[in-house]
Amino acid sequence: MATTTGTPEANVTAGEASGEDGVRRRDFIEIAAVSAAGVGGLVMVFPLISQMAPSADVLAESTTELDIGALETGQAVKAVFRKQPVFVRRLTQIEINQANAVPVDSLRDSQTLAERTQEGHEDVLVVMGVCTHLGCVPLGAAEGENKGEFNGYFCPCHGSHYDTAARIRKGPAPTNLEVPEYTITDTTLVIG
Amino acid sequence: MSFPWAKEYEPKYGLTKFFDEKLPLPRLVYNAVGAGYPVPRNLSYFWNFGVLAGFCLMLQIVTGIVLAMHYAADSGIAFGSVEHIMRDVNWGWLMRYAHANGASFFFMVIYIHIFRGFFYASYKPPREMIWLLGVVIFLLMMATAFMGYVLPWGQMSFWGAKVITGLFGAIPIVGEPLQIWLLGGYAPDNAALNRFFSLHYLLPFVIAGAVILHIWALHIPGSSNPTGVEIKQESDTLPFHPYYTAKDGFGLGVFLLLFFIFLFFMPNMLGHPDNYIPANPLSTPALIVPEWYFYPFYAILRAFTFDFILPAKLWGVLAMFASILVWFFLPWLDRGPVRSGHYRPLFRKFFWFGLIPCMAALFYLGGAHAEEPYIMFSQLATAYYFLHFLVILPIVSSIERPDPMPYSITEAVLGSDKKAVLGENAEPVAV
Amino acid sequence: MIRLVGILVGLGFALVALISFVAGFITWSNEEAEETAEHAFHMEAHAPADGFDFEGPLGNWDVAQLQRGYQVYKEVCAACHSLDYVAFRNLEELGYSEEQVKAEAESWLVPGINPDTGEAMSRAGMLTDYFPSPYPNDVAAAAANNNAIPPDLSLMTKARHDGSNYVYSLLTGYNDPATYTNEAGEGFAERFPDSMPGTGLYFNPYFANLNLAMAPPLTADGQVTYSDETEATVEQMAADVAAFLTWTAEPKLIARKQTGWWVLAFTLFATILAWFAKKQVWAGLKPKRED
Repeated sequence: MATTTGTPEANVTAGEASGEDGVRRRDFIEIAAVSAAGVGGLVMVFPLISQMAPSADVLAESTTELDIGALETGQAVKAVFRKQPVFVRRLTQIEINQANAVPVDSLRDSQTLAERTQEGHEDVLVVMGVCTHLGCVPLGAAEGENKGEFNGYFCPCHGSHYDTAARIRKGPAPTNLEVPEYTITDTTLVIG
Repeated sequence: MSFPWAKEYEPKYGLTKFFDEKLPLPRLVYNAVGAGYPVPRNLSYFWNFGVLAGFCLMLQIVTGIVLAMHYAADSGIAFGSVEHIMRDVNWGWLMRYAHANGASFFFMVIYIHIFRGFFYASYKPPREMIWLLGVVIFLLMMATAFMGYVLPWGQMSFWGAKVITGLFGAIPIVGEPLQIWLLGGYAPDNAALNRFFSLHYLLPFVIAGAVILHIWALHIPGSSNPTGVEIKQESDTLPFHPYYTAKDGFGLGVFLLLFFIFLFFMPNMLGHPDNYIPANPLSTPALIVPEWYFYPFYAILRAFTFDFILPAKLWGVLAMFASILVWFFLPWLDRGPVRSGHYRPLFRKFFWFGLIPCMAALFYLGGAHAEEPYIMFSQLATAYYFLHFLVILPIVSSIERPDPMPYSITEAVLGSDKKAVLGENAEPVAV
Repeated sequence: MIRLVGILVGLGFALVALISFVAGFITWSNEEAEETAEHAFHMEAHAPADGFDFEGPLGNWDVAQLQRGYQVYKEVCAACHSLDYVAFRNLEELGYSEEQVKAEAESWLVPGINPDTGEAMSRAGMLTDYFPSPYPNDVAAAAANNNAIPPDLSLMTKARHDGSNYVYSLLTGYNDPATYTNEAGEGFAERFPDSMPGTGLYFNPYFANLNLAMAPPLTADGQVTYSDETEATVEQMAADVAAFLTWTAEPKLIARKQTGWWVLAFTLFATILAWFAKKQVWAGLKPKRED
């Protein structure tokens, strides 16, 4: 490309003065080089972002086992799943009836009690103890705590009331308390 | 920029015009590392190392911030938290090895950068301030690297911290209380580890600030060049962009190739196995050495073994600090009328056959066991080191007769310059 | 002025360094340098006859060997040495299924607490547990081992120079000091009668100071019965456990090298492009004479 000779001053601008073909080839190579650098830079960003995701030891702690053989009707226990509280309650017949009496269509987050429990264990209600509003721990799992207007759980932070099936009935929370994935074999509850 | 032919930034679009009016950051970049900065056209690849050093600093800051998200500065769990990074954190091994080897490569780059300055006498007027700031950056880097090496809390970390703070114990009267104050205890422990972590996180940003001043000072006289002849006319220069951005891009690629070979295939080669043993205050490793980049200064420290008026320990500490402080005075110790080693026959001989072998020896001896004959060699090398900078350099630069120099950079590159016909090229240009 | 002070300071430091040199030289030349036992008899680590599969830029784990090495650790080393930084869940990387690892974890007893009373007790290991230490603390470890605490093995191959080969060499390098001769044919017992191992110490030329407190752990062929029918010679067991300990020290070793090849290939490609781009940009500036 650089056929331009002459004074050194002219040489300085030789690149710009070169012909049509030269410009195209030069553009191609330069665009390719800059793009390669860009791709390399983007790839380097990936580990920088990925490192903030849960590490292997945190991911490994993602199941919780609990023996619910001794859990009596009407009682609830708190367990810890992924460093967050889980409420496990063995519902009384009255509580089950209360929950089933509510017309599902009238609920903010329409779910029946049966959808929130497992077949053969309809009396075992397992929910995350994390209010779906802003993440506080609702009251009601321990003996003597305020269970709210609907006899389930009550979040004191912003006044969300959950019913006996832990469904949102009153207050700002948008959805029912989350039911984590779990399996029950005999008396062992495995969450996660 | 002081050169009248420097291109001026002309914003073309609405947004760039808006910025140029409200916050002329694009203009600043354009004038600093863009087409608006005229640079000597004859820079060799030795002039790549400034940009590479800047890259290393960024690399260390980015990987360091990431590591700090997972590291715990507690003497009970620091070692384990580093293992947690290596084993469990996503890409944690990559971040840690990049940071550890990044420090080594940063020093490699900076040593080449400094020795480039020695050979081409880049420290000479009008660039004294750039040089002084550079030495400050180097000192800050040493402090940062030392404190960073303590953080994994392995055997070398612990004993390194103990030995280096022990240096301050050599100072008469205040030494011992000073050492205890530095450590916040009688031996390195939680207090020391926490303050080292805090400062290790802080100092890189101080370095970044000093680097900005370093570059600012550079833009006043402009870059030096291999001939040492100052820029005289437009044809001596090229705009930084695209010429030197392209050259630096290629240089960065070569640097990264080398860096990745170490990072992925021999990440522990520049480290010391003892630092994979948790710190044990009751057992000293057989050989305590710092990281390789401190070897020359460590060799100078250990070279003083004789109580001559002052205790040997104090001599060692004084000499070690003096060996770097002496660099501050280079602009005034070198009296030569000519900059570049290319045109200074005697200076050049002392550089290649004196300083370079001396530094190579100090690098080797600093990592060797403290026993004979290594100590004797390091004593000889240390003696030469001080003689070179403080005695040989002032004398040689006063008496030597420089070789004929080109009239201008243009002439050096192209073999002719319109003004060269005047015959001025026979005389060295005084600076 | 600066130069004058500089010359004086420079001469001063040089003088003191040279005085130190002369003093050192005089002592050195008058002293009969006694060769130490370590110097004459210490041996550098060497690789097993077949080397290790993970070595080299293209190396890979020999999963069967890692499993055998784990067996050696479990049946021999674990009696005294901990493996603090390795969790049972990590064993999946040795090619075991999750079920197998779960069962393996349950075969270990780890410290726990009684969920009802809070008292200390032992329970079966779970995936998330780390390998239990054989001793409750350093004092117990020292008391049980003649004051020499058995070091943790998780990082052993990185904490020693040429670690994988070192572990192999050390385990196969025990010798009888009474009859041992080095490559120069010097007998250890004749040359350094004072360096003979004391009570509770064992002679091993691969150990830094030749005498270590660990009794030879691998003493007889067939000490471990491998399920894959590999013959359990002492060399085989030593190589296997050295490979296993390389994995415990650097579980990401192979992932690192494999990532490295991709990164290097791309960087090389980008660098070549950058070279051509640089050439293009500079093409118009080739030095040319005016005439």
